[in-house]
Amino acid sequence: MTTPAAVAPRIEIQPIARTATGSGRRLKLGNQVVLQLVCLLIGSTVLFPVVWIVGMSLDPRNIARPDSLIPPGANLDAYARVLARPTLNPVSFFQLALNSLSLAFIISALSVGLGVLAAYSFSRMKFRGREFLMIAVLAVLMLPAVATIGPLFVSLNRVRLGGFNLGGSLLGVALAVTSTQLPFAIWNLKGYLDTIPKELEEAAVVDGAGRFQAFRHVVLPLSTPVLAVTALFGFIAGWTEFITAQVFIVGDPSQWTLAVALNALVGQYAGSTPWSTFAAFAILFALPVMVVYLLLQRWIVSGLTVGGVKG
Amino acid sequence: MTAVAASQAGFQRPSFWRRTQNSRTAYLFLLPALLVMAIITFYPLVFQVWMAFTDFQLKNLRPNSPGPAYVGFDNFTRILDSNIVIPNFDFVRVLTFNLFWAFSNVVIHVVIGVIIALILNVDGLRFKRIWRAIYILPIAIPPIIVATVWRNMFDPQYGAVNQAINGTIGVLFKLPPFHLDWLNQPNPIFAVGPLILPLAYFALLTANIWLGWPLNSVVATGALQAIPKDLYEAAEMDGAGYWSKFKTVTLPFLRPAMLPFAIYGFVITFNLFALSYFMSGGGPIGQTELLVTTAYRLVQEQHLYAVAAAFAIFQFFILLIITLATNRLARATASFDS
Repeated sequence: MTTPAAVAPRIEIQPIARTATGSGRRLKLGNQVVLQLVCLLIGSTVLFPVVWIVGMSLDPRNIARPDSLIPPGANLDAYARVLARPTLNPVSFFQLALNSLSLAFIISALSVGLGVLAAYSFSRMKFRGREFLMIAVLAVLMLPAVATIGPLFVSLNRVRLGGFNLGGSLLGVALAVTSTQLPFAIWNLKGYLDTIPKELEEAAVVDGAGRFQAFRHVVLPLSTPVLAVTALFGFIAGWTEFITAQVFIVGDPSQWTLAVALNALVGQYAGSTPWSTFAAFAILFALPVMVVYLLLQRWIVSGLTVGGVKG
Repeated sequence: MTAVAASQAGFQRPSFWRRTQNSRTAYLFLLPALLVMAIITFYPLVFQVWMAFTDFQLKNLRPNSPGPAYVGFDNFTRILDSNIVIPNFDFVRVLTFNLFWAFSNVVIHVVIGVIIALILNVDGLRFKRIWRAIYILPIAIPPIIVATVWRNMFDPQYGAVNQAINGTIGVLFKLPPFHLDWLNQPNPIFAVGPLILPLAYFALLTANIWLGWPLNSVVATGALQAIPKDLYEAAEMDGAGYWSKFKTVTLPFLRPAMLPFAIYGFVITFNLFALSYFMSGGGPIGQTELLVTTAYRLVQEQHLYAVAAAFAIFQFFILLIITLATNRLARATASFDS
């Protein structure tokens, strides 16, 4: 008997096949109805917290008890409050979003830009120290971000230029997050580059292209989807980063990101969190990520399943 | 004769330039990433080891402050003796809880993920794409929001969970309103040796099941779709029932995809910061604290940078043991050609 267990365990980035619903056998009506009900039940447990939070955001009473989907006197006041001044500090939502956006952009650009070069080298070339460096990158990947935050904070705090302190700046946060996103990007990209046939580059080299030209004109165009997904992971990591941002910049509200502000919003009223404001804030915070996920889900989800990522 | 020998020698031993050309190009490609990683990843790790043997504190952060004193293995013994200022900290208990937390979650995630993938893989089921799109939503919500919303849902007064219980079982059996404080019950439900599971653990587990099964389901779906349909037909011809088809055809295809993903899920769940920190706050009495949240508190709340460094070294070795035990490192670093 052939053992299907011998199938290579590596999970590669590829779109999950669209399953034609009508193909194959027809389902008996009774079974179809039962299964649809099961799916509906599962779907309602998935959607329940989402509906709960939407209800809270519309509730003018600012309490933690949405008793119906559209609470009495539902309005968008909470959204107006969030957009104008979400926390006690005089910082607008727009400013917070801009901070998160620039953080996300730097992390995304650094991790993909540097990562793809390193990934190409690991994937295609044999060189002294290759195994050692790969294990070094992978070992870092296993560490949670929290594990290096102390020394990073301390050493970035030593970089001061005049009034600028790297350890207390968004740029410092970006570097700290990159230190964990870059190994992930390298690993994620290498996994994909491994699946591009070597022959394509060899053909280009025969035609007189150098190594870098082959990389630029053959490999890069072929890896656009994985580059986009890896960039997006870096972007989401930056957009939602809490731990390093809280440690580095909590003392300076003008540099706060959305996650830091959200934490302050929940915490600073201790016990009497303004839940409608929180909910409206959370929705505005999560919506861009959710929309992108839904649009690109076939690619993202398969990209997420590639080896060792850290949270 | 000599010409032949020379060409043979040349054939066996290419010039130095040729031999190193590949390595040189490789390092050229690697250089930018390695340079950046050397500064922001590897240097802090080395610095961390040095810090772990000193008494580095908040005062040493100031510019031009005197260097910290060397204290030997003090920080390490303080952690093992659970003497690190954080109230209710017990190293063995936190580690045990952390391991059990990761293990219990992953088992449940995989089982639920596979079952739902099987349901969604039934031939002829309608609206598959819509269901899949809905089921993936939990992954798309930032973890800080997931954790805070679930904390709100477990609220004793207004939480959705208590309201749902009151609205169903309460109404059915005419019970008085039920206001269980899920996240703050100090008496553990289960306590054997160092393993202590308060009610808050089950609340966290519920939230993490909601968060965790969808991705497992996606991976299982990918594996299920790779199974050739004729294998099932062949099994049917041999008179196999539903269960034996699952055992002989489906399971062998699921295993190679699910096993690495379960190991990956274990590490992710082991280091899952958001739920423990934002939902239960590590409580009650520190019983749902994890290693990552403890490490964060050491840095952010206690400013005990040196103890945090020693703690991170413990974390590193614990994760290393987990990784080696699952033998992942060796497999994942297999070279491209092989």
